[in-house]
Amino acid sequence: MSFVGRRLLQLVPVAVGVTIVVFFMIHLIPGDPALTILGIHATPKSIAILRHEWGLNRPLISQYWLFLDRLLHGNLGQSLIYGVSASSLIMQRLPATLWLIVYAALIAIVISVPLAMIAATKKDGVRDQVVRAVPLLGLGMPTFWVGFLLLTLFGVNLGWFPVGGYGTGFLGHLHYMFLPALTVAIALAPVVIRSLRASMLSVLGADYITTARSKGVPGLRLFVRHVLRNAVIPAITVLGINIGFLIGGTVIIENVFSIPGIGQLMINSIFQRDFPVVQGVTLVFAVLVVLVNLLADMTYASLDPRVSFDR
Amino acid sequence: MIDPVVGGQFLAPGGGPVVVLDRPPPDQSTPRRRTWYRQPALVAGLTITIIILGMAVFAPLITHYNPIAQNLNATLQGPSAKHWLGTDELGRDIWTRLLYGGRVDLRVGFIAVLFPFCLGTVLGSLAGYFGGWTELVIMRMVDVVVAFPFYVLLIALVFVLGPGERSIYIAITIVGWVSYARLVRAEILVAKRQEYVLAAQAGGLSNLRIMGRHLLPNVISQSIIYAMSDIVQDILAIVTLGYFGLGIPPPTAEWGSMINEGQNFLSTHWELTTIPGIAVVIVGLGLSLIGDGLADLLRPGQS
Amino acid sequence: MTVAGTGPMLEVSDLHVQIASQRGLVRAVDGVSFEVARGDALGIVGESGSGKSMTLRAILGVLPPEARITSGQVKLDGQDLVPLRQSDLNRIRGPRMSMIFQEPMSALNPVMRVGPQIAEGPLVHQGIGRAKAAERALDLMRRVGIPDPERRYRAYPHEFSGGMRQRVMIAIALACEPEIILCDEPTTALDVTIQDQILRLLAGLCRETGVSLVFVTHDLPVVAQVCQQVAVMYGGQLVESGPVREVLHDPRHPYTLGLVRSAPDFDNVRDSLVPIPGSPPSLVSPPEGCRFHPRCKFAEEDCLVTDPPLKLLPGGRATACLHHERCIEALEAERAAP
Repeated sequence: MSFVGRRLLQLVPVAVGVTIVVFFMIHLIPGDPALTILGIHATPKSIAILRHEWGLNRPLISQYWLFLDRLLHGNLGQSLIYGVSASSLIMQRLPATLWLIVYAALIAIVISVPLAMIAATKKDGVRDQVVRAVPLLGLGMPTFWVGFLLLTLFGVNLGWFPVGGYGTGFLGHLHYMFLPALTVAIALAPVVIRSLRASMLSVLGADYITTARSKGVPGLRLFVRHVLRNAVIPAITVLGINIGFLIGGTVIIENVFSIPGIGQLMINSIFQRDFPVVQGVTLVFAVLVVLVNLLADMTYASLDPRVSFDR
Repeated sequence: MIDPVVGGQFLAPGGGPVVVLDRPPPDQSTPRRRTWYRQPALVAGLTITIIILGMAVFAPLITHYNPIAQNLNATLQGPSAKHWLGTDELGRDIWTRLLYGGRVDLRVGFIAVLFPFCLGTVLGSLAGYFGGWTELVIMRMVDVVVAFPFYVLLIALVFVLGPGERSIYIAITIVGWVSYARLVRAEILVAKRQEYVLAAQAGGLSNLRIMGRHLLPNVISQSIIYAMSDIVQDILAIVTLGYFGLGIPPPTAEWGSMINEGQNFLSTHWELTTIPGIAVVIVGLGLSLIGDGLADLLRPGQS
Repeated sequence: MTVAGTGPMLEVSDLHVQIASQRGLVRAVDGVSFEVARGDALGIVGESGSGKSMTLRAILGVLPPEARITSGQVKLDGQDLVPLRQSDLNRIRGPRMSMIFQEPMSALNPVMRVGPQIAEGPLVHQGIGRAKAAERALDLMRRVGIPDPERRYRAYPHEFSGGMRQRVMIAIALACEPEIILCDEPTTALDVTIQDQILRLLAGLCRETGVSLVFVTHDLPVVAQVCQQVAVMYGGQLVESGPVREVLHDPRHPYTLGLVRSAPDFDNVRDSLVPIPGSPPSLVSPPEGCRFHPRCKFAEEDCLVTDPPLKLLPGGRATACLHHERCIEALEAERAAP
């Protein structure tokens, strides 16, 4: 079976687990689920309808089956506030979030690679110490606070960037999303820099680098074809592991920067007690994380020939 | 590697007889206790953290103000002799709120790390030591939790469980145990092949005893190092939840909600939002330095 | 500037290499001098920590970052390499001098296919296009005895066995037709049968192409098989040198004597192998006087005081022992006994 096929198969129990968790979220709330869901919209009639629709009178297992069934048909429930299907809401807002994720990842890489390079090639020098010290500060910074400061400084005070929204068109997106993407990248960079530096150091000390040097391979070629090519492999793993964090950060950042993505949708839905949407968004987030991890794994496998595609 | 020609035994580098091991025995006590005070990172981190903890613990002695007492006649004042950092929009002394907020955030942060640590270590040990179905089930559970972005699940759980301290502990435990489980399992997978474990098993010791007295002390150092950065993550999470109004509810002084409340006065009194943030950064710095210092200490020569 | 074509291929004079470590300054190579004649193979023998690998790396200029050459000269065909910058050294490495390493698995780039790794040298140095470099690589692969080279060209290092990987390393070293190849224990990590194949390959190449070799090893029989000259290192210093057969048969330094005695020798089966008692010297603070004296059976008063210089003996030999005649006496006594 192909690599992708095998990995997808491994995901089935995870997928099931995820749906179970999402399903149970509603039932963790004390009290009558129907009442909780409907909240202020509750009338005896609507309660009865919901009960029937969601099968709340039946045993938990069959409720779960119902849930799963509707899920597989792409039905994530109906928004209580907007009256439209949760999936349509999510689809509408997904592009903005995806933009943010990709943009942030790119900026994080652009920041991290040169810094890690500087630190690794002049180990224990002044530059190295600085590159290692700064992330320590960064690790302790709340992401929303950083975003907030950047927004205030560059958006409000200096006016270089708009203070909210998604913008229109490709360039518009680039402009509007720069600060939020930068914020997430700053949150991600310390970890990526540390691991890139470590993997570069271990590569630089490796025997095959000495071999390449003994062949007389000049500096730049040595660095790109030999050092970098080997150093990115563990770094991709680290990036993959932290992708969960990256994606989760969108929830916070979208709120600070008023970006119409699914993160903002989640927070709003929480405050509006729009349960079906909360459920739906949580599920979509989990799917995103799983997909991105799969992508990272595939990239890793394609870069490292020691991992074979078909076994 | 044993030197074949010249009889290995006597001509080994360093003089001792050559013993071939996969990995050095984990219980090398030589560097551990002696030079902890020589690690600059560790010392700096401990200094910062102890100062901050001291300030938080002795807050009532440092400041006489009540953190939630409002004084609407003295709102939004700048720093002065009376109010070292000024007052906020409800006339409360900012310095006091900072200290008391620190009490809340630090206390919750430190406690919140304990449950995932314990739960994760136990489950990770079981998974690593017994393997088979145990490992499969536990690691699948890990995969499910990991599938959710940290903040998404955290916020969703806090939302479901309701605001307040108890929910924070439960939510963080549910989300946070996985890292420890993975760490401990990985360490145990390596450690259980060591000879001292095989010797213990051959000696007929029960699994529990082996895990508890032999394996665990050796694998726990990694967890402790990770716990340092985890405390930082937890404090950040608590502050973030506070910012969104999902954490410790007002009027309790808490850094996150302080930042939130200060947002409205950004143009005129930016210190309301900036100062609590700086406090978080400093705490994060101190704890990260401790974590780094410990890591350097327990693995000499590797940074 | 000496006339090319005359004089030794490689001349190392009073080389000192120091390593900065936590324990202090390690004098890894402490005043080593030797020569390699054109087309000759010199073996450097010693135990781990004797400084032999560091010597090789210093010659090629690929020392680890903590180590540096503090004094001495390394003359390749008359040209001193020590003052050269890395960029100049890069032009020498490959076309004029190359190296073979001990661990072929870690010495080959794991993410790069084997063929291009061999072709990289010619590509960088000889200014030929990729196609021609590939051809040359295939040629070399055949030369070193890698079967089915066309298919193996695109293989990765982990798909090869240890012996094959070492052949790849040899191909890499040969690629730009260097004048001298430095070998750092190339067969130590291999099975005995494969060792033999590789050694024959190396010895054969040396004969056919006239390339000079410097062969570092701790394995005496290997030196006997491949080299014409041998130099023995101990504690970062050279203690004896000379033609291989003579040095191994008639050592003139107690350490060499000890090495020879502790080596299994199937020609003269002895009753027991005699190891050398004691442990190697600290390179941070070596013993006063002769470094070997703490373990030497023949040590006398002057050995504790004077650091013996390398003394020339007839027959192209040299020794750093003040009382080297004791070795002759000891050997005669041994051979006389029934």
